[in-house]
Amino acid sequence: MLKFKENLPGYIFFGFALSAIAALFTIAMFIFREGIPVIIEYGFINFITGTTWAPTRGDFGILPMIVGSLSVAVGAAIIGVPFGVCCAIYMAEFAPEKMKKVLRPTIQLLAGIPSVVYGFWGLVFIVPFIRNNLGGNGFSLLAASVVLGIMILPTIISISEVSIIAQPKTYKEGALAMGLTRWQTICKVQLPAARSGIIAGIILGMGRAIGETMAVIMVLGSAAQIPKSLLDSARTLTINIGLEMSYAVGTHRQSLFATGVVLFVIIMILNILAQYFTRQRVKKV
Amino acid sequence: MIKLTARTSERIAKVFILSIAVLIMGILIWIIGDILLNGIPHINFSFLSQMPRNMGREGGIFPTIVGTLMLTVLAILIAVPFGVGAAYYLAEYTKGGIVTRIIRFGAESLAGIPSIVYGIFGVLLFVEILGLGFSIISGALTVSIMILPTIIRTSEEALLAVPKIYRDASFSLGATKWQTIRCAVTPTAIRGIVNGVILGVGRCVAETAAVMLTMGGNVLAVPSSISSSGRTMAVHFYILAQEGVMQNAYTTAAILIILIFIINIGTNAVIDQFISKRTKGAR
Repeated sequence: MLKFKENLPGYIFFGFALSAIAALFTIAMFIFREGIPVIIEYGFINFITGTTWAPTRGDFGILPMIVGSLSVAVGAAIIGVPFGVCCAIYMAEFAPEKMKKVLRPTIQLLAGIPSVVYGFWGLVFIVPFIRNNLGGNGFSLLAASVVLGIMILPTIISISEVSIIAQPKTYKEGALAMGLTRWQTICKVQLPAARSGIIAGIILGMGRAIGETMAVIMVLGSAAQIPKSLLDSARTLTINIGLEMSYAVGTHRQSLFATGVVLFVIIMILNILAQYFTRQRVKKV
Repeated sequence: MIKLTARTSERIAKVFILSIAVLIMGILIWIIGDILLNGIPHINFSFLSQMPRNMGREGGIFPTIVGTLMLTVLAILIAVPFGVGAAYYLAEYTKGGIVTRIIRFGAESLAGIPSIVYGIFGVLLFVEILGLGFSIISGALTVSIMILPTIIRTSEEALLAVPKIYRDASFSLGATKWQTIRCAVTPTAIRGIVNGVILGVGRCVAETAAVMLTMGGNVLAVPSSISSSGRTMAVHFYILAQEGVMQNAYTTAAILIILIFIINIGTNAVIDQFISKRTKGAR
């Protein structure tokens, strides 16, 4: 009895811990249950390769949304990764304590700002800038890439910084002792050693970009077309759900859950990849 | 000659990455500064305490403050036992193995799931199947799952950061595992755990997509109970911005930002004080 009493908290905590996997499983189950029938009925291939989204007429092609989601993710990475990795190098290797004391809260705050605020900033500054200087109506892949590129900075910075710092000191010291400059050490030794961690950060950042809804709605427009240039409006999977969920009924509504299924699968693939690369890092260190 | 080039490139590189770090800070200041400059002058008591009129074009944001508060408190109350409990299991009890790996996989994956997916899940399960309707409780249940990974990760890190010697000392005094966790580990880790909870609060306040879908954002009355629908400030801000009601959008956003600011920075000091008092009391 005493043993049981002593172990009781452990059992309770175990129960709580199971909630994490139970929640993931439940989410997947409900979304798949609601979304799969439409995918089967319409045909999986038709669903993901169809280019016409006209749910009220029974056309459920989500290829434009898949292309839209992937484009903004790549665009965000092109903008966010160089900035993020450089900032991480600075924080890990060069920043004096004072600078770190300013930078850390900055990045914390960047991570904490509501996504609607980023979208609003894009709406007020980036969209008009593109409209006035580059043409089009401003609601564009370019605007979304800029906004998302900034939004994913905290993810990339924190994970890259950790993986640079977490290396054994001997790597850096060895390279410096060989007469390499600090910059050479970073480029030739520390960054390659931190590679899997940085890749994990980039993947998670792209996942965040693909999953973002509010900010992209505000700066990307919502045209359900395959974008042909950076200045074209587009629609992501998330926008598709976010815009139409409130009024959709019947098969239309189910097709939004089917969109959710595709989104869920893409995100889970990225999640698993990121976790794989994180483990690589841990193994090496 | 070669050495000189290496030195020069080192210098250029240093300046380059420093300017990027400064640029990132500049962008943050731009985003926040614009909102604060345009918003703060219009924050006053009547804006905070009045009902919105004409769909938010005039009047204040009182109901959305109540909505934000109710959503956050409820979501935290639901998520904290699960999140902190899971962290205790992962940090103190597990001996590894397949089940733990599955739990970890679940927690890490939850962190990556888009809020819109949580939103449609919430609509399906809480709003419809459980019959809770578009309500604050549906929103809170949805958001509580979203903040679970944040709380688990931060709390687990806090627990793991407690030096092993604390546990060894406690065991060697004859304390049981539970006593050790309660009296030696928890007081040391509590600051980190509270930090995790605060990060969760921040996410509740900032969340828009999932809340908008599950709470039913059309209602602008003061929510009378947890089963009323309502808007949070973030949702209200989004709707105002989309409708082009710029001034009130700015003011609402400024309040949101200040709130996030307080959550992010101000709390640390408060916790420090709280903790030092607590540990003194324990001694």
